[in-house]
Amino acid sequence: MSVTLEKVDLSLKYTAYYKQVKEELFEGSSDILNAQRSKAFQSFVMQGIPTRKNENYKYTNLHPSFSPEFSFAHSKTEKEADLQEIFRCDVPQLNTTLAFVYNGWFSRKSSAIDQLPKGVILDSLESISKQQPELLSRYASLADPEEDPMVAMNTAFAKDGFFVYVPKGVVLENAIQIINLMEGSSDMFTTQRNYIYVEEGAKLQLLLCDHSENQNNYLSNSVTEVFVGSNAELEFYMLQNQHNKATNIHSVFVEQQRDSRVTTHTASLHGGLIRNNLKFILDGENCEANMYGMSFLDKKQHVDNFTQVIHAKPHCVSNQLYKNVLDEQSTGAFAGRIHVVRDAQKTNAFQRNNNLLLTDEATMQTKPQLIIDADDVKCSHGATVGQIDEEALFYLRARGLDEGKARLIMMNAFAHEVIQEIKLEPLRERIDELVDKRLKGELARCHDCSYGKDC
Amino acid sequence: MLSIKDLYVSIEGMEILKGINLEVKPGEIHAIMGPNGSGKSTLASVLAGKEEYEVTSGEVLFEGENLLEKAPEERAKEGLFLSFQYPVEIPGVPMVNFLKSAVNEHRKYKGEKELTAGEFLKLMREKMDMVDMHPNLTNRSVNEGFSGGEKKKNEIFQMALLEPKLAILDETDSGLDIDALKTVANGVNALRSPERSAIVVTHYQRLLDYIVPDYVHILYKGKIVKTAGKELALELEEKGYDWIKTENAN
Ligand SMILES: Nc1ncnc2c1ncn2[C@@H]1O[C@H](COP(=O)(O)OP(=O)(O)O)[C@@H](O)[C@H]1O
Ligand SMILES: [Mg+2]
Repeated sequence: MSVTLEKVDLSLKYTAYYKQVKEELFEGSSDILNAQRSKAFQSFVMQGIPTRKNENYKYTNLHPSFSPEFSFAHSKTEKEADLQEIFRCDVPQLNTTLAFVYNGWFSRKSSAIDQLPKGVILDSLESISKQQPELLSRYASLADPEEDPMVAMNTAFAKDGFFVYVPKGVVLENAIQIINLMEGSSDMFTTQRNYIYVEEGAKLQLLLCDHSENQNNYLSNSVTEVFVGSNAELEFYMLQNQHNKATNIHSVFVEQQRDSRVTTHTASLHGGLIRNNLKFILDGENCEANMYGMSFLDKKQHVDNFTQVIHAKPHCVSNQLYKNVLDEQSTGAFAGRIHVVRDAQKTNAFQRNNNLLLTDEATMQTKPQLIIDADDVKCSHGATVGQIDEEALFYLRARGLDEGKARLIMMNAFAHEVIQEIKLEPLRERIDELVDKRLKGELARCHDCSYGKDC
Repeated sequence: MLSIKDLYVSIEGMEILKGINLEVKPGEIHAIMGPNGSGKSTLASVLAGKEEYEVTSGEVLFEGENLLEKAPEERAKEGLFLSFQYPVEIPGVPMVNFLKSAVNEHRKYKGEKELTAGEFLKLMREKMDMVDMHPNLTNRSVNEGFSGGEKKKNEIFQMALLEPKLAILDETDSGLDIDALKTVANGVNALRSPERSAIVVTHYQRLLDYIVPDYVHILYKGKIVKTAGKELALELEEKGYDWIKTENAN
């Protein structure tokens, strides 16, 4: 794209761009996806790229991320080689069914789509939305373009992503791992739309790993919609491990039916700017929603977790624990909204956000928001922003541990509370190691890479 | 072993220690007593290397070397141990990992081979028996959820593991029942040797029945105002501190 006006308004730039490539977007896409495009685009035009005046984006300035002259991956490019051959996940003994998304496009060639139990689907959204549109539209979309300009933009531009379907009663023994790889020869913008359907009584562990190759500016704006049927269980791990010139905006929507259990883990290990929107709608009684997040930032990195939990039905439990470690000039934000609707009695909703600032220059914004319209509920929220406990540090040193080691122990202890909630054991151990490396100031990549220390 | 000369210490501009002199020779046990707020814990913390205290003048030699310029961990590895008056709870740091690191840091410093996990566990069990620590406690995070007595025992347990040359016990006996008190005393006495010394800060004569001091000092308003043999502790037990306060009122 090349609209180069001096100080051109970015939103206008993207509006013009959409019009320019509209045909390309519609081409080859399913009716379902195309049906939403124009309306979503209008919605984006109305809202624009969020500025800090937008209450929900108060702590994150997205504009610099949208400034580069990106190339877009509107049509599929496949790598010659099998991605499984060139990209190795370094989590030992993680028995997963592996799939790849390459620059926003699901790679059927490199994915083990036929190694799943009968009825389970792991495929590209593009093809599912053409071949089984009735399956895709089984659930009404949760991602409302009017509510968020990034969702609007995603809906307008999305052509592919992954589609995961676990039918009623099927319990997957192995986790599904989706490696989301960005690799461009120049600055690149990807838009990905994903769906995860876990039907009644089914069970799924899903691991989504975001990686980037090459040192370009990347922007990824993805939306994932998740439906979890009654009595079903989902563990959803999101590992964000890119580089400092990567912006990762991921909006995840989860709807739960009665007696279901969903746990999300958002581990932001590396990235220039990360914005995670996570919205839960507890739409049946006795649901349990656990939302964990951790981030480790240095340099000028920025992570913003924006969560919303809607308790729409009685007797549900939600539990949020987010921890951030901020070094150097990094910045972070956490905004968590809990909404208990009028009849959602006996709701238990907990939220905690703890932040460790390692320097005077690092900053953290944290903002809980409770909207409670029922009377018989238990809600709590707490946030702390602090430094390493000096008393504890002295205690460790007084026993012979040097200062660096004592600090490391304290930081690991801080993160440990979140890490221990990872139920996938090899992943937990690997994350433990990665976090330890990260906290030691080493580059913690969960795969081999040849970059220098500055990526 | 330890030689404190005319030590002045302030915190936040407030002078707390006002010219402390103290000589501890190898094998000796010194008791320090004195009313609350006299500066006993301040003295202990300064010796262990707590940074927020400012030494405005004076010097401290530990085995002939300038102690005050060393980092807390260096002091620890050279054989100085502080049993904290208020041991710190450190959630998320498992006791076992912490203790193993501590022991191995000491060993490395002395040029000894680090202990394997198995060797360490064996050593740990041995010392745990000695101080009568409940085995469950080592499965927890450092001091987390420990009762007051358990925290104090944990200090002595760590002392037993690290075998310091100079142990400073800051009110380790406060709040302990008589059995726990004996355990603490046994821990200290087990380490007694002609080379090792201890400074025992206490309010109570009863601990000194078990750990018999060579000297008893009274610290009052930042100064050692009286030094005598173990009989001074008995006298304090009987008469309280009022006479000290009167003698030093000005
Ligand atoms: N960290 C501190 N900040 C401010 N004042 C302190 C601090 N530590 C000790 N003090 C003050 O120094 C004095 C001596 O305290 P401390 O050494 O704890 O006495 P003791 O152990 O004999 O009871 C007290 O007046 C106390 O309030
Ligand atoms: Mg004290």
